[in-house]
Amino acid sequence: MTAPCVTAHQSSPEQVPLDASSTAEQMVDVQNLKVHFRSPGRFVQAVNGVDLTLAKGEVLTILGESGSGKSVTLRALMRLLPERRTQIHGHIKVAGQDVLAMSRRELSRYRGFTTSMIFQEPMLAFDPVFRIGDQIAETVCRHEGVSHREGLARALELFELVRIPSAKRRLSNYPHELSGGMSQRAMIALALSCRPRLLLADEPTTALDATVQIQILLLLRELQRELGMSVIFVTHDMGVANEISDRIAVMYAGRVVETGSVDEIIRAPRHPYTVGLMQSRASGELKGERLSAIPGSPPDMAFPPQGCAFAPRCSLATDECQQEVPPAKVLGQQHWAACWKL
Amino acid sequence: MNAERISAHASMPSKQPLDRRDRGGQAQPLLSVRSLRKHFVIKKDFFGRPVSQVHAVDGVDFDVLKGETLGIVGESGCGKSTTARLLMQLLKPDAGEVIFDGDPVGKPGGLSLREMRRQVQMVFQNSYASLNPRMSVEESIAFGPQVHGLGKKEANARARKLLDQVGLLPNQFASRYPHELSGGQRQRINIARALALEPRLLILDEAVSALDKSVEAQVLNLLVDLKQEYGLTYLFISHDLNVVRYISDRVMVMYLGRVAEMGESESLYNAPAHPYTRALMSAMPSMDPDNRTQTAPLVGDPPNPIDLPPGCRFCPRCSMAVDKCSVQEPELASLNDQQVGSRQHQSACWRAADVQALAATPISEEVLS
Ligand SMILES: Nc1ncnc2c1ncn2[C@@H]1O[C@H](COP(=O)(O)OP(=O)(O)OP(=O)(O)O)[C@@H](O)[C@H]1O
Ligand SMILES: Nc1ncnc2c1ncn2[C@@H]1O[C@H](COP(=O)(O)OP(=O)(O)O)[C@@H](O)[C@H]1O
Ligand code: SF4
Ligand code: SF4
Ligand SMILES: [Mg+2]
Ligand SMILES: [Mg+2]
Repeated sequence: MTAPCVTAHQSSPEQVPLDASSTAEQMVDVQNLKVHFRSPGRFVQAVNGVDLTLAKGEVLTILGESGSGKSVTLRALMRLLPERRTQIHGHIKVAGQDVLAMSRRELSRYRGFTTSMIFQEPMLAFDPVFRIGDQIAETVCRHEGVSHREGLARALELFELVRIPSAKRRLSNYPHELSGGMSQRAMIALALSCRPRLLLADEPTTALDATVQIQILLLLRELQRELGMSVIFVTHDMGVANEISDRIAVMYAGRVVETGSVDEIIRAPRHPYTVGLMQSRASGELKGERLSAIPGSPPDMAFPPQGCAFAPRCSLATDECQQEVPPAKVLGQQHWAACWKL
Repeated sequence: MNAERISAHASMPSKQPLDRRDRGGQAQPLLSVRSLRKHFVIKKDFFGRPVSQVHAVDGVDFDVLKGETLGIVGESGCGKSTTARLLMQLLKPDAGEVIFDGDPVGKPGGLSLREMRRQVQMVFQNSYASLNPRMSVEESIAFGPQVHGLGKKEANARARKLLDQVGLLPNQFASRYPHELSGGQRQRINIARALALEPRLLILDEAVSALDKSVEAQVLNLLVDLKQEYGLTYLFISHDLNVVRYISDRVMVMYLGRVAEMGESESLYNAPAHPYTRALMSAMPSMDPDNRTQTAPLVGDPPNPIDLPPGCRFCPRCSMAVDKCSVQEPELASLNDQQVGSRQHQSACWRAADVQALAATPISEEVLS
C-alpha cells in the first residue's frame, strides 16, 4: 500500500509529498471505463468506454454538455458511486494504485491523501451545524492523526493559501455565513487539507458570477502550479476550459470523442461535434447572422444510439456511422478524435 | 373577452410588420419605466418599522423601444429579475411608474393589470419549474388563451401552430408531458406558451442560461425568427455577455439596484463608459489560448444591496475612484455621442469620459489607476 504523506504534517503545504512507489510520469490512467446504473425499470449507460490519461502536474479539462457523463467519470475516479446499483468495468489507475481494487481502508486513505474533489455546490461539502475551521481541522486530524490544535493551525494556513480575507476570523464562521465565492474557496481549502496529488473539480465555478468565477479559476491555476498538483477539471464552458487547462478531452454521450492540447481543440477541432460546438457560439461578430446550431439534442443514455452516438445530429453521418462506434484516430502527438470521416 | 385593441392610425414606416395594437407610433417607446423602486424589508423592529432592507431596485429609469431587444446584464443580486417581475406586475413597486405604449399601467384611466399581463409575457430560466407536470404540452400552451376567453378548439389549434413554429412536430409532441422532454424542448414549450397570448413584449430572464451550448444556439435562432415573424420586442436578461451582445440592440448594465450604464450594444461594448462595465467584460473567460486572463478585474463577491455605501455604489470596488466618488452619487448622464433620445449612450460615473478614453487601450494591457 502506498502512503504518500504519513509524516507530512510538519512540512508547509507548498511541499509536494513524493511517492516512492511510483516513478512513472503518469498520474491517472483510465482504460475503457464503463459505468452503468441499474434501478427498477431503468438501465442507464452513463459512461461507455472512456480512456483518459493525465501526466503529473498536468491540468486536463473534461468538456461536455449535461448528461454526457463528466460527473460520473469523476465519481468513478473517487469511487463515490452507489455500490449496489452501479456496475463499473475497466481500469482506473491513480498514482500507480488500482482504484477499483481498493479495500475500504485503502479507499479512505486514497480519498484526501491521493485524490480529493471539489463540487459545484460548496454547501454539500460542509456540515451546516459546525464551524468551518473545526471541520477542516477534523479532516486533518482524522487523516493524519494530529491534535485538534495542529489541525486548526493547518486550517488557518489553508485559508490563507486560498486567500480568504481575515482568515482567522473566518475559521469560526458557519458555512451559511460565507458568500458564494468565499465558500468555494473554503471548499478548495478543505479539499487541499491533506495535500492531495490529484484534484478533481466538478464544475466548481458554474454557479458563480463571471466576476467571481475568474478569481477562482486564477486561484486554482496558481495553486496547481505552486503545489504541483495534477487536476481534472470538468466544465461545459469552452472559455473556462481555455483559461484553466493544458489539455482538453471532449465528452459526448458517455465517451471521449476528441482529445488534444487547448490550442488544438480551440483552434483546430476535428470531431464534427467539437467543430459544431465551436461554430455555434454566439458572439458580437456574428450579430445579425444566424448561428450555425447543431440540430437535435443529446441522446438519452437509457437508450444510447447504435454506432457513433453523434450520428443523429451529424451532417456528415452515413450508414457506416450508425453501425459501429468509430475508433480513435491519431491526429497529432496528443491529438486524437473518434470519427469515421477523419 | 378577447378584447384586442385595434388602433386606427397604424401607418408608421417600419422594418417590422406593424402591430395592429400599436398606439403611439413607432417612435413612442413600447415601455417606459420611471423611478422604479422596490425595497424588501428583511428585518423589523419592535414597532414594525423596517430596520434593514434590500434595495433590490432603487430608482431605475429606462425605455424599451418598439421592435428592439434590450439586454440587461449585471452580477447576481443586482436587481435584474426584480425589475422583470415589477414589469410583469408580479410584484408591486414601492414607487415609480410603468408606461406601456403611452398608457400608465394600473392607474385610473390607464391600462389595467389584466390587459398589461396579456401584452407582456415572461420566460424564466428554470424550464421545468415553470410547466405544470400534470398538463400535456398542448394543454399547457392552450391554457392561457382559454383563460382569456378563447374557445378550447381554437386554443388547441393555436397551440399546435405554435408547437410547429418553435420547431416541435405537433403530432409528436402535443400529448407529451414535461418530464418526457429535454431541457431545450421544455424551453421551446415555455416560449410557445408565452407567445400563445400574443404578447407584444417578451421578457426572457436567463431563458437560455440553463441550456446546453449545443442547444442554446437553436433557441437563440428561434427567438430571432419569432421576433421577426410576430414583430415582438424583447427584454433579454442574461449573465452571458457574448450572448447579450449577439442578440441585443441596446444593453443596460445594472449594479446594486441601479442602472450603471446604458447604450447601443456596439457603442457600449466598444467604448464602455463605466468601470463596472469594463470589469464585467474582462471577467469573461478568454477564448484565446495565447491570451489567457492574468488578473481578475474585481476582488471578492458582489455585495448585498442592504447597506449601501455613500456616494457611488461601485466606489468600494472601483479602481478609478477619486475623492468625489465616495461623497456624491453620480446620476445617469448622457455622453457626447451621435444618438438622440433613448438611444443615447449613458453612464452613471463621474469619470465616464476617462473610462471611455481607456477603450483605446486593450483591457489586458492598461493599468487602471
Ligand atoms: N422576496 C424577496 N425578499 C427579500 N429579498 C429579495 C426578494 N427578492 C429578491 N430579493 C433580493 O433583491 C436583490 C435583487 O434580486 P434579483 O432577483 O432581482 O437579482 P438578479 O439581478 O436577478 O440576480 P441573479 O443574477 O442572481 O438572478 C437580491 O439581493 C435578492 O436577494
Ligand atoms: N446515481 C445515478 N443513477 C442513475 N443514473 C445516473 C446516476 N448518476 C448519473 N446518472 C445518469 O448518468 C448520465 C451522466 O450523468 P453525469 O455524469 O452526471 O453527467 P454530466 O456530464 O452532466 O456530469 C445521465 O444520464 C445521468 O442521468
Ligand atoms: S463517425 Fe460519422 S456520425 Fe460520428 S461524428 Fe464522424 S461523421 Fe459524424
Ligand atoms: S463614480 Fe467614481 S467610484 Fe463610481 S464608478 Fe465612476 S470612478 Fe468609480
Ligand atoms: Mg455534472
Ligand atoms: Mg435573476
